[in-house]
Amino acid sequence: MSTRMEKRRVRWQRVLLYCVLTAFAAFYLMPVYVLLITGMKGFAEVSPYRMWDLPSGLHFDSFTRAWVGSPGEFRGLSGNFMNSVYLTVPATLISAMLGSINGYVLAKWKFRGSDVLFPLLLFGMFIPYQSVLIPLMHTLSKLHLYGTIPGLIFVHVVYGIPITTLIFRNYYAAVPTDLVEAARIDGANIFGVYRHVLFPLSMPGFVVVMIWQFTSIWNDFLFAVTVTGNPEVQPITVALNNLAGSFVVEWNVQMAGALLTALPTLLVYIFLGRFFMRGLMAGALKG
Amino acid sequence: MRRLNWERVVSVLLISPSAIAIAVFVYGFIGFTGFVSLSKWDSLLPDFTLAGLHNYRSLFAHPRFQIDLRNTVAFTLLFLISCLVIGLLLAVLLDRRIKGEGLFRSIYLFPMAISFIVTGVVWRWLLNPGTLEAGSTGVNLLFDRLGLGFLKWGWFTDPTVLYIHPESGIGQLLQQVGLGALATRNFGMSVGIISVVLAATWQMSGYTMALYLAGLRSIPEELREAARVDGASELQILRHVVLPLLQPITLSAVIILGHISLKIYDLVVAMTGPGPGFATDVPAYFMWETTFEGNHFARGASIAIVLLVMIAVLIVPYLVYSIRTEAKI
Repeated sequence: MSTRMEKRRVRWQRVLLYCVLTAFAAFYLMPVYVLLITGMKGFAEVSPYRMWDLPSGLHFDSFTRAWVGSPGEFRGLSGNFMNSVYLTVPATLISAMLGSINGYVLAKWKFRGSDVLFPLLLFGMFIPYQSVLIPLMHTLSKLHLYGTIPGLIFVHVVYGIPITTLIFRNYYAAVPTDLVEAARIDGANIFGVYRHVLFPLSMPGFVVVMIWQFTSIWNDFLFAVTVTGNPEVQPITVALNNLAGSFVVEWNVQMAGALLTALPTLLVYIFLGRFFMRGLMAGALKG
Repeated sequence: MRRLNWERVVSVLLISPSAIAIAVFVYGFIGFTGFVSLSKWDSLLPDFTLAGLHNYRSLFAHPRFQIDLRNTVAFTLLFLISCLVIGLLLAVLLDRRIKGEGLFRSIYLFPMAISFIVTGVVWRWLLNPGTLEAGSTGVNLLFDRLGLGFLKWGWFTDPTVLYIHPESGIGQLLQQVGLGALATRNFGMSVGIISVVLAATWQMSGYTMALYLAGLRSIPEELREAARVDGASELQILRHVVLPLLQPITLSAVIILGHISLKIYDLVVAMTGPGPGFATDVPAYFMWETTFEGNHFARGASIAIVLLVMIAVLIVPYLVYSIRTEAKI
């Protein structure tokens, strides 16, 4: 008798468990629901007072308008989307390469002072970037890089050094020293060990670092808004903020623009989520 | 021996561009900002005449900055508590052999991949209260539809500041023990900041869930099994076996989330701006506005240094601790 009651109790507990999990899932998905249905509504049915109602059919006018813009009224996001691509791709590649080299040296070629250098590098990952913005702006204008995409690439590469170095150092530290020793006996020098031992093993490390850098550079706003003033060169986060702050831009166009901005990093998350997680864990140092 | 030497030189050469870049762009620039914060630079034209600690004194006396500090404390506390509680709850629930665990996990975590700007734009509309004349919008409208109208409120448009009133019982008690300052608006909380906390929690709580879940998975099942054999209930196991073992994770989460919340900027820009009576203003927002729109460079620099000090107090001991414990292994 009591075991049957016990079983029933357990079953109810399971039902309750799934209800709570589903309720939380609904909370996390709620903004996506609003983004999607609003973006797909026709202009006639867009009203914040009917925010939760499903659209009457599939309309993609809002996406077109957010992408192309409306001459004389507001800029579309297409140009800024491409700016973000031109910024994010080279910055990601360069900082991954730098991180790999730094990580290699710090993991396998420790020198006197490298134990001091490493935490000093790491601290750069946590600083509030407000504390470097004023000299950064002046230095960039001296270098004629202020207000340009190459300038922003430079900034992201420099301030990406700590996190990329950290991830690669921890990754290479896990590679057995025996492998390195064996290559040394075969006559490999510092470059040979990297080329023939570490680099071929680096693929997962590169994926983690590149996803991390891609996401944080694409999503950055503070550097972008400080370094680029001209709408023509602004990355998409700044353009979206301008779009959403403008009173002439309809609500559904803002939502469509937000979805367009989120899309690249969301796709990366959906298809490469496993590697995304590893980057997150590295961000917590020892997790 | 000779070969070893040239390789030593090369290894240092390989890392030196990065080391120099960090030395200049992190430490040099921080030094320069510190220097600006002691100067009289208050317009587009740099003026490096030293003013001592004048900027800091006037900053801490500035009503807006006092509100910002109050908001930072409230935001950080609420944000940390809600992320830790929700993250731990979800992790504990997901750790019970759930069908579709991967799907739930992905749903809880995806906001991490999105820019704070997107989050801000969406939540600004979701929490837009609407007007009395035209009707409710956003979440308030949802409450209306679900018959939960009593939950409606002004969200980030609400200028109310909660604080211990000096005339109240507790206020008078505080005054008697010499802590009367605590019973003033300066130690209150703008309720508008709750909306920003909600959006930030939506974005970051999945991260604490993931951290805790990884922690739970690293606890050997035998430990729990042993407690079960000793007759402990599931709740007792959680309280006395699991939670103590998760403490290092809680520490990591507090450090990571804490430093994000101290420098929160993008979300406020996209979602609310400074808000009514600076209800949702934060130091990072004040810094950008006063520096790059107001050209008060010295004041902006002093805000940046205050931010840096707050974060360093949190981060430096953690860095030292992490590296020390790693060195032992």
